[in-house]
Amino acid sequence: MFFSTALKKYNLQTNGPNAVFLILVMLSFCFAIAMLFMLLASIFYDGFLRLSWQFLTQFPSRNPQMAGILSSWVGSLYLMILTGIIAVPLGVGAAIYFEKYAKKNWFNHLMEINIGTLAGVPSIIYGLLGLALFVRIMSLDRSLIAGAFTLALLILPIIIISSREAIRNVPSFMQDGALALGATRSQVIKTIIIPLSFPGILTGVILSLSRAIGETAPLIAIGALTYIAFLPESILSPFTALPIQIFNWISRPQILFHHNAAAGIIVLISITLLLNMSAIFLRDRFDRKNSK
Amino acid sequence: MIVKIVNKGHYTLWRLRRSHMNALRCVHALTILGNKNRYYMEKHIFEIKNLNIYYHDFQAVKNVSVAIPSYVITAIIGPSGCGKSSFLRSMNRMNDLIPNAKLTGEILFHGVNIYDPLISEVNLRRRVGMVFQKPNPFPFSIFANVAYGLKIQNIKDKAMIAERVEESLKRAFLWDEVKDRLKKPALELSGGQQQRLCIARALAVYPDTLLLDEPCSSLDPLATAKIEELLQKLKKEVNIIIVTHNLQQAKRISEYVGFFNSGELVDFGPTKEIFERSAQSMVGRYIQGIFG
Ligand SMILES: Nc1ncnc2c1ncn2[C@@H]1O[C@H](COP(=O)(O)OP(=O)(O)OP(=O)(O)O)[C@@H](O)[C@H]1O
Ligand SMILES: [Mg+2]
Repeated sequence: MFFSTALKKYNLQTNGPNAVFLILVMLSFCFAIAMLFMLLASIFYDGFLRLSWQFLTQFPSRNPQMAGILSSWVGSLYLMILTGIIAVPLGVGAAIYFEKYAKKNWFNHLMEINIGTLAGVPSIIYGLLGLALFVRIMSLDRSLIAGAFTLALLILPIIIISSREAIRNVPSFMQDGALALGATRSQVIKTIIIPLSFPGILTGVILSLSRAIGETAPLIAIGALTYIAFLPESILSPFTALPIQIFNWISRPQILFHHNAAAGIIVLISITLLLNMSAIFLRDRFDRKNSK
Repeated sequence: MIVKIVNKGHYTLWRLRRSHMNALRCVHALTILGNKNRYYMEKHIFEIKNLNIYYHDFQAVKNVSVAIPSYVITAIIGPSGCGKSSFLRSMNRMNDLIPNAKLTGEILFHGVNIYDPLISEVNLRRRVGMVFQKPNPFPFSIFANVAYGLKIQNIKDKAMIAERVEESLKRAFLWDEVKDRLKKPALELSGGQQQRLCIARALAVYPDTLLLDEPCSSLDPLATAKIEELLQKLKKEVNIIIVTHNLQQAKRISEYVGFFNSGELVDFGPTKEIFERSAQSMVGRYIQGIFG
């Protein structure tokens, strides 16, 4: 009798607390999903009808029906490319330095802690830094390149941290194998460490870019313009970006502009989703290739 | 100067004629190693004098002095943790890579102290190859694995690389098994094949010494037999120093045996003599399984 109750799969005494815990986590999960779903539903409800080819290929306008996001999505695209070009070499370079060259002294330790902290600094702070440094001191004005530098600063800590993780995951016996064949330290980095950590680095880069593409505050802080009816001609051109355009439309009183904003959000979410999916896809693909 | 190396008579003679590249390498080697007169006359490939290796305060190798004869197989045996791997790694300066490892004493390779500040450890490792306990092919193709050592020497001649890959795979008894799938990932090979690939990879840069650290410990008897056969053939071309836990293996393949115990080289001599030591001696007791 005693054994039969003890061995029963569901017995209230042992499984009671378990069940309560399960219900609690399920509830919080449902709550999160429900909120997200409601948000998405209301955005789709407002914006879906505004989505059209025209919406993507027209410049902003006073007339909500005529307004499109051409200048802002092109601006976002250029911004991402420039941000990547600036942040990736710097971030990966710093990661290689930390993992492969830096001595374990207090200064480098301090730097590491510092970078970890920077990853958590609110993005508006980066915007203010960008405003002072790039816009004012370097007098790049409210240009694409100033925006890209600002966003690059913002994602640099994330790229450094994720790249370091990827580099650390390269097995040391691979590096020993190369060194034993007479490879120099820089050759090991070029021919073993970078190729083997590439998928990890790429995943980190894509994820941080997908964060940067949605950033509004730093761009507003550096004073990116909201109404731009032309495409940027050079990296010194003024620009606008999707989140700024959305922010601008939402702050207008007319309801039709709010619908435009919702449509813009759908585009932005789709891009973010696409980037995240490609990061996952790439990681899986390389994992499979490497584990062979 | 080149003629002098040719006088050495062994495998070198044959490979010098193959292309001037090799000749250049040998000249290069001479300039690194200096001491031309001893280069082709000596009976000993390594002369080790008062070698001590420390990790932090722990002394792993204690005052070892020994001369290792050329063109034979020398086996290093001894109980686990007695410093065999440390000793082996010191001979191509792979121990330099371990933080906190410290070394005193001299290791003469072709009569030149390899710990002389003027010696480049990278060039040394191109002359003294190493095969590790766990097969560690790079996650590249079979071809790229063998070609790696040439690539890092900036050899660009495709035909020469292909020729050298084929030759090295043949020397490592692997060619017949992989000739149809050179472009396939090396990690698809079996453990024994992977280990022979690692040997081929080391041979491709024409080392004159091969250090093997328990190369068969993760292989089955058949794969082990294949590698033993291979080493028997290779010893005519390269000097071989092998660490092994398998006493039968040491007895089968080696001409000389060194016996380590807690960091000291207790005994060194021709294999036959060592295996006939009386049960009173430490080696005798180790060989009969009384300790270790
Ligand atoms: N990186 C290291 N840091 C600190 N101590 C080490 C390190 N490597 C080896 N040692 C110590 O040095 C001693 C000799 O190690 P070594 O690896 O040379 O032994 P071994 O004879 O090869 O042993 P095994 O047969 O188990 O491979 C051991 O006591 C080990 O704990
Ligand atoms: Mg060992």
